[in-house]
Amino acid sequence: MSELETVAAAEMSGGKADPAARPRSLAGDAWRDLRRNPIFWISLVLVLAVTAMAAFPGLFTSNDPHDCTLARQHAGPGGGAPFGYDFQGCDIYARSVFGARASLLVGAFSALVTGLIAITVGMLAGYFGRWIDAALSRVIDVVLGIPLLLAAIVMLKRISSDSPNVRIIAVIFVLSILGWTTAARVIRSSVISAKQQDYVAAARMLGAGNGRTMWRHILPNSLAPVIVVLTIALGSFIAAEATLSFLGIGLRAPTISWGIDIDAGRTHMRESAIPLVVPSTFLALTVLAFIMLGDAIRDAFDPKLR
Amino acid sequence: MFRYLVRRLLQMVLAFFGTTLIVYALMFAGQGDPIQALAGERPVSEAQRAYLTEKFHLDQTGVGGFFYRYVDYVGNLLRGDLGDSLTGRKISDMLAQAWPVTVKLAIIGLLVAILVGVTAGIIAGLRRGGIFDNATLALTLLVLGIPTIVLAPLAQYFLGVKLPLFPPTAGSEPSIYALLLPGIVLGSLSLATALRLTRTSVAENLRSDYVRTAKAKGLPIRRIVSVHVLRNSLIPVITFLGVELGNLMSGAIITEGVFNIPGVGFNLFRGIKTEDGPLVVGLVSVLVVVYLVSNLVVDVLYAVLDPRIRYE
Repeated sequence: MSELETVAAAEMSGGKADPAARPRSLAGDAWRDLRRNPIFWISLVLVLAVTAMAAFPGLFTSNDPHDCTLARQHAGPGGGAPFGYDFQGCDIYARSVFGARASLLVGAFSALVTGLIAITVGMLAGYFGRWIDAALSRVIDVVLGIPLLLAAIVMLKRISSDSPNVRIIAVIFVLSILGWTTAARVIRSSVISAKQQDYVAAARMLGAGNGRTMWRHILPNSLAPVIVVLTIALGSFIAAEATLSFLGIGLRAPTISWGIDIDAGRTHMRESAIPLVVPSTFLALTVLAFIMLGDAIRDAFDPKLR
Repeated sequence: MFRYLVRRLLQMVLAFFGTTLIVYALMFAGQGDPIQALAGERPVSEAQRAYLTEKFHLDQTGVGGFFYRYVDYVGNLLRGDLGDSLTGRKISDMLAQAWPVTVKLAIIGLLVAILVGVTAGIIAGLRRGGIFDNATLALTLLVLGIPTIVLAPLAQYFLGVKLPLFPPTAGSEPSIYALLLPGIVLGSLSLATALRLTRTSVAENLRSDYVRTAKAKGLPIRRIVSVHVLRNSLIPVITFLGVELGNLMSGAIITEGVFNIPGVGFNLFRGIKTEDGPLVVGLVSVLVVVYLVSNLVVDVLYAVLDPRIRYE
C-alpha cells in the first residue's frame, strides 16, 4: 500500500467514523457550511453593525442630526462630520446613522407581525386542510394579487397624522397586512409535510389534541424555512419603508429616514451629490445584508438548491 | 381548457371586486370628512366640494349609501370615466396621454431584461459553477438587493450628470434615447430575476433524460442546446416576463418620477406629492386592473405553452 493510499484510506475511515459516533443534525451540517461562507460573515457583520447603530447611535457619531444651520449649507467635512453637511446644513453622516433606527424598527416589527399572521394562517390551512385550506388559500391568492406599492399608497394616504409614532405604526401595519402571503405559503407547505411524520402520529396516539399537536410538535419542526423567508422579507420591508418615505407618504420629518434623505439629496443633486450618495449607501448595504444573510442560510439548509 | 379558463376568469372577477372594494373602502369608510380626506391637507373650495359630493353621492348615508357609491364607482371605472383631478383635468385624458410613454418605457425595460438577462442566464446555466456563473450570481444578488430609490437617482447622477452619456431627464416628448437609461434602471430587477430563472431552468434541463437520449443519438451539442434544452427551459422565463410586463407598467412610479418621464407612474408620483386624492385613486384603480389582467393572461399563456400543466 502506497503512502498516498494509506492517507486516503485513513481519511475515508475518519470521515466515516465521525458521523457514526455522533450523527450530525441538519442544523449542524448547515452551520458547518455557513462557517465557511464569507458572504454569511460579511452580511452578519453588516446586520450587527446596523443593529448597533439603531440601538446606540451615540456610539457612532457625537453630532445631533437635528442640529441644522443654513450657514453650513453643503459645507465640506469637518467638526465631526466626515461627509460634510447637506442642503439644510445638517450633518449627513449623523443623519444616516440615526436613520437606521426607524428603518430597523419598521423592518423588524413588520417581519414579526408578518410572521405571526403567516404562522397562524399557514398552520390552520396546512393542518386542517379541506375547506379551511381552500378558503385560506383563496384569501392568500387575492392578497398576493394586490400590488404592494399601489395598495400601500392608497392606505397611507388615509393617515393624515404627523405624529412620528402613528406614522411608524401605520407603515408597519400596511406592510404586514400586504406582505404576509409568501411566508404563509411556505409555512403551509412545511406543515403539510410535517403532518405526515411519525412523531405527529405518535403524539396523537398519546392523546395530544389539535392545539398541542400544532404548537408543540408541528410548529417547531416547520419553523426553519419561514425564518429564512422572514430574514429576506425584513430586508425588503426596509426597502419598502424607504420607498414610501421617499414618496412622502411613509415616515415624515421629524423622524429621520433614509428614504426622506435620499429624496432631499436627489433634489439638490447638482450642487452636491454626497447628501444623496451617503444615505443611499446605508440603505443599499442594509437591505443587501439582510437579503444575503437569508440567502446564505437558505443555501446552507437546502443543499438541493446549489 | 375551457373549464380552466372559466375558473380563472371567475377568480379574477373576485380579485377585481375584492381589490376595488378595498381601495374604495380605504378612500371613504369611517372618515369624518371624506372630501377633506381626498384632498389631504389642501383647502377645498366650495365648487370642488359640491362637485365631489355630487360625483361620489356623499349626501346618501349608511351602509346602503356606501355600497350605492361603490357600485357607482365600479360602474364609472368600467366605463372608463375616472372623473377629474383636483387641477380640473379629466383623469382619462391624462391617462390617454401618459399611457403610450409608460408602455414604451416598459417595453424597453423588458427588452433589456430579455437581451441581457436571458442570454447571460443561458451561458451561466450551461457553464454552471464556472467563473461567469458565480460572477453573475453575485451581481444579480447585488441588483436584487439595491432598491430602485437608490438605483434610479444614482444612475441619473453618475450616467446623466457626471458622465453625460444619457440625458438626465426625459422631458415632455421623450425620445427612445432619453428613455434608454430609465428603461435599463427599470428593467434591471427583472433582468436579475430572469437571469436566475433561466440559469436554474437550463441547468436542470441539461440533466434530463431527453438530453441524454439526444446525446446518445449523436446529435451535436449546439443542436441539443438550441432546440431541445432552450425550448423547454424558456417556458417559465416567458411566463415570468409576461408577469413582469404588468409589473413594469404599474411599478414605474419611482423611475418615472425620478427621470421626469410623463407616464402614468409620473402622474401618480405627482398626484401623491401634490396630495391630489381623486387623481391618485383613479390611477391606482386603473393600474390594479392592468396588473390583474396581465396576471390572468400570463396564467392562461402558461397553460397553453406547457402541456404538462393540467387545467384542473
